[in-house]
Amino acid sequence: MSRSVGVFVRGLVRGTGELLVTAGALVLLFAVYLVVWSDVRTAAAQSDLRADFAAQTAAVDRDATGTPAKIEPIPGQGIAEMTIPRLGEDWRWVVVEGVVDADIAKGPGHFPGTAQPGQLGNFAVAGHRATHGEPFAYLDAVVPGDHIVVRTAAGWSVYTVTLTQIVPPTRTDLIDPVPGQPDGVVNQALITLVTCHPRWGSSERLIVTGLLSESRSATQGPPTIEGY
Amino acid sequence: MYAALWRVLPGPTWVRILAVLVGFVAVSVVLFLFVFPVIEPLLPFDQITLEGE
Repeated sequence: MSRSVGVFVRGLVRGTGELLVTAGALVLLFAVYLVVWSDVRTAAAQSDLRADFAAQTAAVDRDATGTPAKIEPIPGQGIAEMTIPRLGEDWRWVVVEGVVDADIAKGPGHFPGTAQPGQLGNFAVAGHRATHGEPFAYLDAVVPGDHIVVRTAAGWSVYTVTLTQIVPPTRTDLIDPVPGQPDGVVNQALITLVTCHPRWGSSERLIVTGLLSESRSATQGPPTIEGY
Repeated sequence: MYAALWRVLPGPTWVRILAVLVGFVAVSVVLFLFVFPVIEPLLPFDQITLEGE
């Protein structure tokens, strides 16, 4: 009697221990997936997007003034290349069209329906602050006066950051053509970058807003900006 | 659980170790390709856009 109880208890303890070890291994594997594998996948996607973007920029039909034919953005495809000198020389991301999970897994995503780069209205972009290459991990380091350079087939748009703020996730009005004014007159070209705050959390959003300060066509060549 | 698995595996020790490694890699591949992508959106790292009321 007491012997079989001992066997039962030993089996229970061993089984529980093995389950806990297995659970620990699963959680560890998931952490590796998030912190390492998602970055690897995003880097591969960016590499493809960069090649596609370069080919598209080179091959696009242009009229006599060098203005490219309008390209309808396709979800998940690259629409522009973004540079923020404040975030380092290597910080260079192809922005994709769309903000569903599959789009922003490849890189910063353009909110469909918001303005195109350089146009009047609000060019709104969301990006990961953690995992998936974490393009906006250090977006909190960007301060007013910093530059955001957006390159398209048409040329370069340089935005100067005017405001950074932390807001509740429900502030969808901030990506309106005139942020906070649904009926406002659209007479400015803005950029709005959206990411989660705090990093690794999602209770709030970090918003960086900029105003178009320089526009250069493809024939004019790149802007002269420190760090670009 | 794992002791039983070890007893069931055939062959000498090195073959059993190889079999366990292959099994571990196979399980990891299934997790990375099919399971983790499904449960990832349940964590807050994907919630970076603005949502309606």
